[in-house]
Formats: sequence, C-alpha cells, structure tokens
Amino acid sequence: MLTIKNLQAGIEGKRILNGINLDIKAGEVHAIMGPNGSGKSTLASVLAGRQDYEVTGGSVEFLGKDLLELSPEERACEGLFLAFQYPVEIPGLSTTNFIKTAVNEIRKYHGEKPLDAVGFLRLMKEKMALMNIDQSLLSRPLNEGFSGGEKKRNEIFQMAMLQPRLAILDETDSGLDIDAIRIVANGVNKIHSKENAVLVVTHYQRLLDYIVPDFVHVLYNGRIVKSGTKELALELEEKGYDFIKNEIDVTEQVG
Amino acid sequence: MNNIIENYKEHFDRLQSSPTSNAMSVLAAVRQNAFNAFSKMGIPTARHEEWKYTRIGSLFNAELQFPANLLPSIEAELEAIRLPGYEQANELVFVNGYFNSSLSRIRSAELITLTMEEAAAGEYKDFVLRYLGDSSRYLKDGINALNTAFTQGGVFLHVKKGQAIEHPVYIYNITDARTAAILAQPRSLVHIGENAQVQLVETYSTIGIADSFTNQVMEVVMEKDSLVEYYKIQNDASHASLVSTTHFLQTGKSYLHTVTISLNGAIVRNNLNVILEAEHCEAHLYGLYFQGGKSHIDNHTIVDNVKPNCFSNELYKGILNNEASGVFNGKIFVRPQAQKTNAYQSNKNVLLSDAASVNTKPQLEIFADDVKCSHGCTVGQLDEEALFYLRSRGISEKIARFLMIRAFAADILEHIKPAPIHAYVEQLISERLEFHIL
Ligand SMILES: Nc1ncnc2c1ncn2[C@@H]1O[C@H](COP(=O)(O)OP(=O)(O)O)[C@@H](O)[C@H]1O
Ligand SMILES: [Mg+2]
Repeated sequence: MLTIKNLQAGIEGKRILNGINLDIKAGEVHAIMGPNGSGKSTLASVLAGRQDYEVTGGSVEFLGKDLLELSPEERACEGLFLAFQYPVEIPGLSTTNFIKTAVNEIRKYHGEKPLDAVGFLRLMKEKMALMNIDQSLLSRPLNEGFSGGEKKRNEIFQMAMLQPRLAILDETDSGLDIDAIRIVANGVNKIHSKENAVLVVTHYQRLLDYIVPDFVHVLYNGRIVKSGTKELALELEEKGYDFIKNEIDVTEQVG
Repeated sequence: MNNIIENYKEHFDRLQSSPTSNAMSVLAAVRQNAFNAFSKMGIPTARHEEWKYTRIGSLFNAELQFPANLLPSIEAELEAIRLPGYEQANELVFVNGYFNSSLSRIRSAELITLTMEEAAAGEYKDFVLRYLGDSSRYLKDGINALNTAFTQGGVFLHVKKGQAIEHPVYIYNITDARTAAILAQPRSLVHIGENAQVQLVETYSTIGIADSFTNQVMEVVMEKDSLVEYYKIQNDASHASLVSTTHFLQTGKSYLHTVTISLNGAIVRNNLNVILEAEHCEAHLYGLYFQGGKSHIDNHTIVDNVKPNCFSNELYKGILNNEASGVFNGKIFVRPQAQKTNAYQSNKNVLLSDAASVNTKPQLEIFADDVKCSHGCTVGQLDEEALFYLRSRGISEKIARFLMIRAFAADILEHIKPAPIHAYVEQLISERLEFHIL
C-alpha cells in the first residue's frame, strides 16, 4: 500500500529525515516511536503533503501512485488521512459544514454524486454512534475552544467519516487521559479492516496497549534504527530511549 | 481648487436665489454657513489629517454635473435594484441625490416622511434648525460642508414616540450616470422618538457607465429608549465613488446596532459617527469590507463618550485582494465626565495578494480615569496551517480559501438581523468569492 524508499527531507536547509525506508501493506498496523525531535511529525507531514518541508531524495509510492507528485487534497482523495498532532482551530467554520465539504470533495474526485442532506445525516449519525461523539460538538466552529481530548476525538471522527485507506495518527494520544485514549483507540479499531492500514506515531507505549501494532519502528535522528514486533514497544517502555541512543551512537562511532 | 469653488459658487448662488429657496429661510441659512465653510476648506487633500490615505481631489477633475431635480425614467432599473423583502418594506428612493416620493413606497403609517423643505418650513422647523448639520461638529472638512451647502430635495423621517416600525426601511441611493458623470448629494435627517424602533437598510447603485460620485450625509437623532438597527450595503460599480456619512446622536439612553458591508466601488469613504450624549447608551458597530481590483475602501469611525456608563463595541474586518487598498481609522473619545465607559474596538485584515494594502489606526483619546477601553488591529494572510488542514481532508485549495474567507466574515455577517438582507449579503459574498478566488 505504502512504500517509502530512502526518503530524505528537511526544512529551510536543515535535514530532518535522513533516509527512511518503510513498507506498509493493507490490513497492517504499524507504530513509529521515537524520542522528541526525532522526526516523527516531519515524516507524517511530508506524507500528507505539507509544503513547508522540502523532499531532497527518495520516493514514496501509495497505492501505485507517486505520492510526492500529488497535492495534499489529492493525497486525501486517494485515501491518505493524517490525524494532526495539533488540530487547527477555525472560528466561523462549522465542524459539520467542514466535514460535509470534505466528504463531497472526495466523492467528486471519484466521480460520485455529492451526498444529499439526508444521506449525509445518515452517515454522520452512524459514525457518531461508532465514535461516541456528541452532536453538540459537531455544530460548533471547527475545533474552536475544544479541549485537547475533544480535538483528538474530532480527528478520529473525521477519519471515520472519510474512510481512508491509510490513516496516520500523529501523537493522537498525547495530552489524553486513559479514558480518552481508550475511546480514541476503540474508534480506530472499529474502522480498521483488511482493506486499510494504520500508522500510529507515538512517543509512549501506552496507546499500543489499545491499538495493537503488527510492527514497531524506532525513529531516531531521522532514520528508522530498529524495527520489530509489539514487544519492541514494551522494551522501549522499560529501558527508555537511551538504550537505543547508546546503541546507535556506539555503532556510529565504530562505523 | 479655486476653480472648483468658483464653479460651485455659481451653482450655489442659483440655488439660493431660486424661488423655492427664499421661502425656506432655515435651510437657506444652514446652506450659507456651510458654503462659507466649504469655500474656506475646499475639497480635502492628503494634507488633511483625516484624508491622508483617501484622495478624492482627482474625482473633481472630471466634469461632474450637478444634476437637476428632473425625474429620469428609471422604473425598470429600480426593479433590478430592489432588495429582497421589498414587498413588505418601506422603500425610500433617492435619484441623483433627490428624494423621489413617487418612486418611494411608505407602508408604515407611523413613519412620517417629509421633504427637508417641508420639514424646515413646518412643525419640525426647530428640530431641523437644531440638528441639521450636527455631523459638522465632528467632520471638519469641505466634503461634509459641500453636502450641507447644497441641501435640497433631501428627506426628513420621523418615527413617533412609542412606535415600532414593523417593516424595515430600505433606502436606495441611485445615481443615473447614463448621460453624464454625476455628483449626487443625498441628504437626510432622521428623528427616532422616545421608545421608538426602526431598521434602516441603505444601498448605493449607479446606473450607466459614466463616473458617479455620491456624497451622502444622513443624520439620526435617537431619543430615550429608542432602538435603531442600521445596515449599509455597498456593492456599486467600479467607476462609482462614494463618501457616505452617517451620524448618530444618542440623546437619551438608547440602543444602536450598525453593520457596514462594503464589497465594491472605486473610492469609498464611510464616516460613521456615534455620539453617546446620554448615560447608559449602547452602540454596536460592525463592518466588513471585501474588495479587489484597484478599489479603495476607507472606514472612519468615531465613538464619542460624552456621558458616563455607556457601552460600545466595534469590530471591523477586511479582506483585500489584487491592488485594493483599505483604511480603518477608529476614534474613541472618552470625555472627562464619562466615567465607567466601556469601549472596545478591533480591526482585523486579511490580504489576499502582495499588492493589496491596508492602513489601520486606532485612535483613543481618554480623559476619564475609571474606564474600560481596549483596541487591537491585525493584518495578515490566510492562515497557511489552516489551509493545509482543510486540504489534507480532500478539500481543494480554492474551496479551502473560500471556506476560510467565509469563516473570517462570519462573525460580522451574523449581526445582520433581517433575514432577507442577511441572505442577500451572503449571496453577494458568494459572488465576490467566486470572482476573487480563482
Ligand atoms: N517547521 C520547522 N522549522 C524548523 N525546524 C523544524 C520544523 N519542524 C520540525 N523541525 C525540527 O525537526 C526536528 C524533528 O521534529 P519533529 O518532526 O516535530 O519531531 P517529533 O515529531 O519526532 O518530535 C526537530 O529538531 C525540530 O525542531
Ligand atoms: Mg511530533
């Protein structure tokens, strides 16, 4: 589904990603972990098409297309979804109106007719029940004055509405208490299927108790330095990131 | 400059000596004072502190005609100009600056409508004498004086004590520039009696392709417990210029709500004065300008707290595209006596192109110590982060910009209370968006 080869990217001349290789297949759940500043959000942003970042090398193929050639909206229409670490507040834009526009823009891209009011409402109701989200939240302006937990739930609700093939969750657990994490994880698990894949970006292991990954990768200094199964996450939790850092720094010195 | 004054003196002398004029000595005296002031001050240039960024002098280089009070045939055009909801509304029509009673439709019996000449000669004589030209206490420039000097064919409105005008009053300022470039100077004086209520909606329309310059003055006197909603909607042709002065004098505890929407025009200057002359007055001033091309939009506002315990809130928002330029100047005066004043002001601007510009200046002059005042202004672009957020959900860049501009305008538009006018302005904004966001 997603094949990243030797991806290098940076911002304002500063190198952040130093050759990422990653292969994600339909149905899989991958987790990327790593200390702060290791480049996790940068990777997520580059995949979603944020223009501030400059890709200086490598390639990304998504469902047979050259992802890096596509605009952010085309990527979304092709089935990529990024749950933002810091969702943006837009006063004056109702959440419902925003989601309706997004749903119909994606339909248009695929040559489908826009959903009418009834059809849209039905879809909303279904996903609201699934995500345990309240109507009152959705009639408010987009993310304005939402608590941290409400913003993250809104991200996952949007994911449910847009039904992406690949969902990238950037620190969706940060700032959430354990109940909120459970709700968010539940939502993700409910819509996960054989057809789609999830890439969970997180600093902590605890989210992975609820969204169980097939593979865990450790990102450090813009490179994936270790990959394994979910046990790797537990090891990281136990030993901290220092053990990886020491390991890497030693090999780099030797090398 | 002297040419203009000499040229206008001829017109002025003719007006003053016309047979209809002599009888109305009140008006003649007001006009004479104003013409003297105009002769001294002339058309304001960039050297005038209040006209630094808005240059109207060149508009007078063109051969602007003083139109005669003849009724051009505009029935068909009027149909196209009428605002939604007109079937129920009271409609006042000005053509080339003259109030036209045959085109106007007054549906509410409680709304007294007279020509200024009638009002000045009859039972409202003292009122006219006292308040006509009150705006000149604040607007010391030749353009305000010019309108007053040529006060003729204006309108006087009175909402009597205790009356709430059920239907809004739509005021159409029409300039017929089909055969010549026109200088139109509509004038009105409005008296809102004690405990009376009214909604006023004004628009400006130029017919024809010649230039037009409308120099309008409306003065509104509000008595105790009265309530006024005032909506100014400007979407005139790109060759139509406008100086629109609206002066509210709140003489008793009263409530004022204004929304000024500017969407097109050549040079547009709005003067909005709110004089809080009684305790516990409340005034809300909202404005939205969304312009492109080479248009120029200037909003000068004054809130003068003369008495204690008044509240005012002002929010103006601007979106400028292409080479459009904007000016916002917001004055708040708090007189020594006006303790416990609450006065808030904010001006926010979004520039959609590098060539667009805005000059924004809050001007607070506070002479009392126990007051709450705040002001702020911002100039920026559409938030890139928010644009990316919308696009990352599959929304095209064009629609994303569309949504963000609408969102930016939302907290102004929500203050347009009459439903048909609200829908109408939403529609105009959509058309502007289609036009500007390619
Ligand atoms: N917009 C930016 N401008 C400058 N530096 C940036 C920017 N975004 C990220 N960086 C830098 O790139 C590195 C990786 O950041 P990030 O991808 O946010 O890491 P993580 O998400 O793993 O915490 C950090 O050193 C950070 O300071
Ligand atoms: Mg991050």
